[in-house]
Amino acid sequence: MRQKLARVLGGVAISALVISGAAACKADSGNEGGGSSAACDLKIGFFGPLTGDAAGLGIHMRNGTKLAIDQYNKDNADCKVNLQEYDSQGDPAKAPALAQQAVGDNKVVGIIGPAFSGESEVADPIFDEAGLPIITPSATRPSLSTKGWKIFHRGVGNDTSQGPAAGRYIKNVLKADKVYVVDDQSAYGAGLVDEVKKVLGTVAGEDKIQVKQTNFSAVVTKIVSSGATTLFFGGYYTEAGLLLKQLKGAGWKGTMVAGDGVNDANFIKVAGQQVAEGTILTCPCAPATAAKGSFVSDYKAAFDNAEPGTYADVSYDITKIFLEGIKDGKSTRSDLLNFVNGYNKAGGATGVTYKFESNGELDPAQVIVWAFKVNAGKVVPDIEIPKA
Amino acid sequence: MTATVNDKRSAGIRTRWAAMPKQVRWVAVAALIVFLYVLPNKWFYEYLGFPIGSKYFALYTTSSDFAGVLFDTSVFVLLAVGLNVVVGFAGLLDLGYFGFYALGAYTVALLTSPESRFGTNWPWLAAVPLAVMVAMISGVILGGPTLRLRGDYLAIVTLGFAEMIRLYAARQDGLLQGQRGIPAIPHPPGTGSDGKPLFGVADSKPYYWLMLTLILVVLVLIRNLANSRVGRAWVAIREDEDAAEIMGVPTFKYKLWAFAIGAAVAGLTGAIFAGKQTFINSDQFVLESSILVLAAVILGGAGNIKGAIVGGAITWYLPEWLRGAGDLVGVEFNASEYRILIFGLVVIVMMIFRPQGIVPNRRRAAEIEDRRKEAVPQETVPNE
Amino acid sequence: MNFDELFGNFPTLTITGLEQGAIYALVALGYTLVYGVLRLINFAHSEVFMVGTFATLWTWQFLGYDQNSAAPAFGPLLVAIIAGLLVAAAASALTAVTVELVAYRPLRRRNAPPLAFLITAIGASFVLAESFGIGTERAPFGMPTLIPQETLFTVFGAGVTNLQMLILGITLVMMVGLDQFVNRSRLGRGIRAVAQDADTAALMGVNKNRVILLVFVLGGIMAGVGALLWDVRYGFTKFNIGFLLGLKAFAAAVLGGIGNLRGALLGGLLLGLAENYAAGLFGGEWKDFTGFVLLIVLLMFRPTGLLGESLGRARA
Repeated sequence: MRQKLARVLGGVAISALVISGAAACKADSGNEGGGSSAACDLKIGFFGPLTGDAAGLGIHMRNGTKLAIDQYNKDNADCKVNLQEYDSQGDPAKAPALAQQAVGDNKVVGIIGPAFSGESEVADPIFDEAGLPIITPSATRPSLSTKGWKIFHRGVGNDTSQGPAAGRYIKNVLKADKVYVVDDQSAYGAGLVDEVKKVLGTVAGEDKIQVKQTNFSAVVTKIVSSGATTLFFGGYYTEAGLLLKQLKGAGWKGTMVAGDGVNDANFIKVAGQQVAEGTILTCPCAPATAAKGSFVSDYKAAFDNAEPGTYADVSYDITKIFLEGIKDGKSTRSDLLNFVNGYNKAGGATGVTYKFESNGELDPAQVIVWAFKVNAGKVVPDIEIPKA
Repeated sequence: MTATVNDKRSAGIRTRWAAMPKQVRWVAVAALIVFLYVLPNKWFYEYLGFPIGSKYFALYTTSSDFAGVLFDTSVFVLLAVGLNVVVGFAGLLDLGYFGFYALGAYTVALLTSPESRFGTNWPWLAAVPLAVMVAMISGVILGGPTLRLRGDYLAIVTLGFAEMIRLYAARQDGLLQGQRGIPAIPHPPGTGSDGKPLFGVADSKPYYWLMLTLILVVLVLIRNLANSRVGRAWVAIREDEDAAEIMGVPTFKYKLWAFAIGAAVAGLTGAIFAGKQTFINSDQFVLESSILVLAAVILGGAGNIKGAIVGGAITWYLPEWLRGAGDLVGVEFNASEYRILIFGLVVIVMMIFRPQGIVPNRRRAAEIEDRRKEAVPQETVPNE
Repeated sequence: MNFDELFGNFPTLTITGLEQGAIYALVALGYTLVYGVLRLINFAHSEVFMVGTFATLWTWQFLGYDQNSAAPAFGPLLVAIIAGLLVAAAASALTAVTVELVAYRPLRRRNAPPLAFLITAIGASFVLAESFGIGTERAPFGMPTLIPQETLFTVFGAGVTNLQMLILGITLVMMVGLDQFVNRSRLGRGIRAVAQDADTAALMGVNKNRVILLVFVLGGIMAGVGALLWDVRYGFTKFNIGFLLGLKAFAAAVLGGIGNLRGALLGGLLLGLAENYAAGLFGGEWKDFTGFVLLIVLLMFRPTGLLGESLGRARA
């Protein structure tokens, strides 16, 4: 009985295979031409973490990109541009297959990302080989622009522009003599701290933490006992919020200074308003101007009243560069690349003038670094940090 | 009930397979191998699927490059094959297998990259054997003192080991350069017919073929080993270590062998991975991956090489394939958001209905069947 | 190496290390209880803790506190803490029981091999963490500062805060309570009987499944209490917070001798101290590293942990 059943099942399975084999046909590739106009239904890719640990950063950038594309599509309903997401989870090991997919899709003419420097190291050579232009909103490792990738553009200043500015702020504005520096051992955080230390010369002490660390008792003890009045933290908002909360809990009265990785609504959410009060955040971006006004309200309207997180504004602006090019009829990768290379206009959300050098860096003259201050639970502009 | 039917069927297929003439079996295996080699070509794989209504149900990945995913999958398969020696054959619970993989990758990176702090600039090929050696030796060094521990203690020690390697690698100013990582690792050598290098960044196919070839070689080696005296000693240790020791099997020696071989395979995999990736940093060797490889081995059927292959393939391929699966259902469904959740559910359901794995080891399956029979008539009586 | 840092701050590092260790210990109890009875590493226990942290957060939010609220007066504070404690303990226990019923019991009924349990445990852990990740959009959450830290007294120059006393106090009470429960009560005898010899216990009329359920409930409650203390002290949660903490707690359980209740406490405190001293001596980046080194070295010399496995034995 059992054997019979097994045979019947086996037979069914085999015939099912045969039938499906016979019926096999490939997917209609809607990719290749067919549209009335070649420049429609093009895609802009977003390459960054949308799931996993780093998703909190990636989602805001994706949202910035999405907002720009949605607004474009509302004005150009007859010839839309689509957003294609490549969720790298921030893991360089996952990057190649995604980058190759993007390269293989002819409709993809530009990439916003890769979000992190690690995945950029792996994905950018692949984009470069295919001539697919990219603008990264957040990969700030300085060496990325020295690898000879023709397609590389960076929409923000790199670590060597922000770090020294933060150091100058501590030295010249806060006039702090006892500064403790802590980094999270990420390429970003350690890079910033290196630059800050170069400006400050001597520090009251330094320590490292780990990303995802939640208990900072040991480092808190050290900072408190060092008598430092200022803490520079190189890293991201979650650890920054927690560290500051535990520091203030232990009775520390000083000021924390941190980079744009901390410039996120979640920082105040984690630390709490009273704790975050007075924290200085540097950012290679300009403060809210009249032009920026509508970005924040548009963003909130589009995404469930969420505050735009770090780099959401940059992503929005650089997506608009691509969109402007597409609108201009630059429908191939090489045309769009040339368009980006020759671009020279101010972005609506950040106020930064996007003009790229031949190595893809933002023109240093355009890189402005502002200091922001947390005041009553809001991040408000403080001063523009003077160059050198 | 359905589970029982399935078991019978697979047993039926297996006996029938064994009963087939040798030539037929050879042809079938050869056909499978050819299929695997042809697989990453677009002109071939784009026929893998069938239309459902207006939708197209693709069996290949639609959201990430198929050849690239195949390579990543093959990395996982080779890792599962190696871990299977440790967990499946010798019955040692190793939760830190990825540590050896990291060692292999970092050895290659340190020796070959012009930007490493070694500055030796070896060619990729020369560094590979050394990477395998380093992984193997560290397997012996770690195994020496810890293999005397049993079961769960071994698990936590191996887990600690992998985590130590990752934490060390995460140090920014350490040798391994932390998250900044080691870039510019050279590719494997070779020039294609068009004069371009055979192994480039844009195309994953050559790497996949390289990996596939290595998997086949490793398979033959491990298969022979498993059928030899060593393999029988492993099985004896797995079934009852004390009994094996009393019967004169030098259990420690054979356990160490299993550990070292497993480590060597992981080191080899890491070396290839480094050559393809050209950049490695501490983010790529997280602990979750160790656990995933173990899940792959158990899911496929511990102790069975075929099972390890199937398990490894599913564990990597399923979540990647699910990225594009939202289109199939026809809803705005961001599958990539849910893919790990779905994987978790699949694993639980799978273990409940088929605890011996997808392709079970015959001896283990028999044992599980015995245990089940013991359990069924007396629900309330405890098992252990 | 920085001996000044270590010795200069030794008392403070000790007290903060003990405080962290206490939370490790509470979570480690869950691993140890389940292991003692089932010989199973309950990998999903880390998520039981995670659920507890969120349960507390949501209870407080329901009571009208957010991360910006000022510290409440004593009366409302007591209500908030007790409500948080009850909800967290209940939520964690419920999660632990659900995991047992969905992921482990069906396997036990089929008499599956031990490895299969490990894999479902991992699967359950993924499912729980990912559901919360998706539900909370993977955002970090800050807690209200209900109890501002105040230094109560100083020992050797180290200020001991009210929170530290609270954490150590509650942990001690929970530990003693659990120890007494397992050693004195009827149900506790059932637990010890099953841990010692499940077959014989069943023949003697102990309902094994009920004992197992009880063990998961107890482990869940302990994790829930740990979660509340975590929320009060460190004031933060995220969907993946369980993974690292669970790993540490598991290491603590093994350090003390898995299956041994007092061992869990000892292991937890020891791990907390070791990590803090290492961070003081070598720098923060060596904190976790040292914890694992300690574990491995100790296991080489004492392969069953400091106090040995003994839930079933007469001692614990």
